[in-house]
Amino acid sequence: MSDKINHYLGNVSRRALLKTGAALSGAALVSPVASFPAFAVGDQPPIGTWPAGSQGDTVFIGASVPRTGTYAVQGEDELKGYQLAIEHINEGHELVKKISPKIKTGVLGKKLTLGVADSAAKPNEAVQAQQRFITENKAVMITGGTSSAVAVALNKLAQREKVMFVCGISGSNDTTGKDCVRYGVRQNFFGQTAAAAIAPVLIKEFGKGKKVAYMTPDYTYGHTVTKSMQDFTKDAGWTTVTNQISPLGAPDFSSYLLNVANSGADILINVNWGHDAVLSIQQAKQFGVLDKMKLVVPYQVPFLARETGGLMAGVFAATDYWWTIEDKYPLAKMFNAAFEKKFGYKPEWGAENAYISFVHWARMVEEAGTFYPPAVIKQYEKEETIPSLVGDVNYRKEDHQAIRPVIIVKGKQQKDMKGKEDYYDVVEIVPGKGLMQKPDEFGCKLGDYT
Amino acid sequence: MVNWANFVSQLFNGLALGALLALISSGLTIIYGTLGVLNLAHGAMFMLGGYAGYVAFTYTGSFVIAVVAGSLFVALVGIVMERVIIRHFYGRPHEDQLLVTFGLSIVCVEVVRFAFGSQSQLVPPPPLFSGITPLGFMFYPTYRLAVVGIIAVALSALFVVLYRTRIGMIVRAGIEDSTMVDMLGINVYRVFMIVFGIGAMAAGFAGIVNAPVVSLTPGIGDDILVQTFVVVVIGGVGSFPGAVLGGLIAGEIISITSMFNPGYAYVMLFAAMALVLVLRPYGLLGTRGRE
Repeated sequence: MSDKINHYLGNVSRRALLKTGAALSGAALVSPVASFPAFAVGDQPPIGTWPAGSQGDTVFIGASVPRTGTYAVQGEDELKGYQLAIEHINEGHELVKKISPKIKTGVLGKKLTLGVADSAAKPNEAVQAQQRFITENKAVMITGGTSSAVAVALNKLAQREKVMFVCGISGSNDTTGKDCVRYGVRQNFFGQTAAAAIAPVLIKEFGKGKKVAYMTPDYTYGHTVTKSMQDFTKDAGWTTVTNQISPLGAPDFSSYLLNVANSGADILINVNWGHDAVLSIQQAKQFGVLDKMKLVVPYQVPFLARETGGLMAGVFAATDYWWTIEDKYPLAKMFNAAFEKKFGYKPEWGAENAYISFVHWARMVEEAGTFYPPAVIKQYEKEETIPSLVGDVNYRKEDHQAIRPVIIVKGKQQKDMKGKEDYYDVVEIVPGKGLMQKPDEFGCKLGDYT
Repeated sequence: MVNWANFVSQLFNGLALGALLALISSGLTIIYGTLGVLNLAHGAMFMLGGYAGYVAFTYTGSFVIAVVAGSLFVALVGIVMERVIIRHFYGRPHEDQLLVTFGLSIVCVEVVRFAFGSQSQLVPPPPLFSGITPLGFMFYPTYRLAVVGIIAVALSALFVVLYRTRIGMIVRAGIEDSTMVDMLGINVYRVFMIVFGIGAMAAGFAGIVNAPVVSLTPGIGDDILVQTFVVVVIGGVGSFPGAVLGGLIAGEIISITSMFNPGYAYVMLFAAMALVLVLRPYGLLGTRGRE
C-alpha cells in the first residue's frame, strides 16, 4: 500500500504540488459565490453547517428519536412520519405540493437524506448523536424529540451550533417557554394548550368542585402539564388532593396508586406518557382505582387505546390528531391514505407531527430560497398562514410556537367501534388561537440569529 | 398527618414489591457469590422469562404451562450462555465480565424487540386469581396477593436446595472458597454451570410470574436490574438470606417513602444503599472480604 502511495507521489514534483495547492485554494475562495449566486454569500459569512452542508446534491438531516426505553413505541411512530415526509419531498408528492407549492423534487432541488439515532429519551444521548450529525455529516437541520427533556437539550445545542432544531414531539411549556431558542421551532400542542382546550370540556362533563389526583412524570413535561391543568381547573373549584410524582420508566406504580386510591379523589388526571401511561393505567385498573374515579389523559399518547386494551373507553383526552378528522380536512385524508399504504395502519399523532413539522420546514426553506439558517428562521417569523393536516396554522414570531387546533377525544366503548382502529370519538376541535398564553408569559427569550 | 389506612396499605404493598425483588436478587447474588461474575444480563433473563411464558401462554392458554416454560427456557438460556461465553471470562478482570454480560443483555433485548416489537404484551392473570380482594383495611389486586404466596414458595424451594441438599452444600462452599472446593476434587465448573442455570431460572420465573402485574416490554429487565443491584448491595453479595432481607427492605422503602413524597421514593432507596455502604460495606448479612 505504502509502495503504491510512494509511486504516485514520486511522479509529482514539489513544484507541481505547490502549483496545484495554490490553484485549489484560489478555487475555494471563489467557489461559494460561483455555485450559489442567488444567495448573496458575500454579505453572509458561514454559520453553523451553512454553506458546507448544502453544497452537494443532497442535504443531510439528523433525527434522534427514542427507539428503546419507555417512549420506544412513540419514537418509532415519529420516525415513520419523518420517513414518509422525506420520501414525499424527494419525489415531489402531491400532498407535499399542497403544503409547499414551490417544492418540485427535494428541497431547493436537493434530495434529503436522513440519519437516525436512538435517543432512548435521554438528553445526553440525543445531544451526542446530533452533535455527531452536525460535525461529521454537516446536518442542515436536526429534528426528533418525544421527551421534552431531550427537546430542551436539543434547543440549546441548536442555538450553540447555529443549526435549526425542528421539534418533533414535546409537551412541556418550557420548550417554547423559558427554554425557547431562536434556532428552535415547535409545531405540536403542549401543556398550556392541552389544558386550555380540555378543561372546559371536563368541567362541563364532571361539574364544579371536584377533587383531583394527579400522576406526574418527574421532568419538565410532567411538571408543566400538571401545573397547566391545575391552573385551568382552579376557577371551577377543582382541588388537587394528591400529586404522585414518579421517575421516567418506573417499573411499578403500585405504591403511587395506593396513595391515589386512598386520596378520596373523584378524578384521576394521568400525565404519564409512553409505556409509563400504559402501565400506570393497567395497574390503576388492577387496584380498582378506575372503578372509584374517572380517568382523564390531558396529553394523549399514541397507541394508548390499543395498548391498554379497552381501558380508554369513556376516557377524555386532548391530542394533536385523530385520523377520523379526515372527513373535515382533505389534507388529513391524503396523509392517512399515504401513511396506511406504506405502513399498514392508521397514523396517530406522533407520525402526523413528525410529518407536518418536517414539511413545514421544507416549505420555509423553499420560500426563503436558501438554507441559510437566519433566512429560514425569519421565514417562520413572518407569521404567514400556511396549510397543515388540521387546517391553516401559523408560527408565532415571539416564541416560535405553532398556533394550531387541539382535538378533544373520548374513548369509544368496544361495542361502538366501527373497525379495529376506531378507538375514539372526536368531541371537539378547539381552534388554537384562544388556547395560547401571552408570548412572554412563560419567560421566552429567543436569543440571537448569528 | 399520617393516614393509617394508607400506611398499612403501603406497608403491605412494600412486602409484595419486596418479595419480587428478593426472588430476582437471590439469583443475582448466588451467581456473583459462586462465580464471581457480576451478571448484567440478569435483567434480560427476567425479561426473557416473561416473553417465553407469554409465547407458551399464547399457544396453550395455560398460565401454569407458561410459568414452567418460562422458567425452564431461561434456565436453558442461562446454561448455554455459561457454557459458550461466560466460562471464558472466569479468569479475566471484572471489567471484561461486566462488558460481556452487558453485551449479552443488549443482544437479548434487541432480539426480543426484533421478534415482538416495542409495544407491550399482556399476560392475563389466571382466572382463579383475577379481580380485587378486600382485606378490611384496603382493596388489593388478588393476583398480587397470590404473587406473594407463589414467591414465598419459590424462595423456600431455593432455600431447601441451597441448605438441605448436597449440591446446595457444594454451592455454598463454592461461595465461601471456590478454589478449595476445586482442590477437594469436586468439578467446580460443573457447579458453576448449575448455579448459573438456577440463578437465571429464578429471574425467569420471577419474570413470568410478574408478567400479569406489569405489561411486557423488551426494556422491562433494564428497569428492574438497577433495583436488584441495590438489593444485593444492601443485603450483602453472595448471601441468599441477605437478598431476601434486602428485597423486603427495598420494597418497604419505596412504598413508605412514596406515601410521604413520591418524588423521593427512589432517592431514599439509593440513600439507604449509600448508608449501608458507609456503615457496613459488605452488606447487612454479607461476609467481610467477599465484597
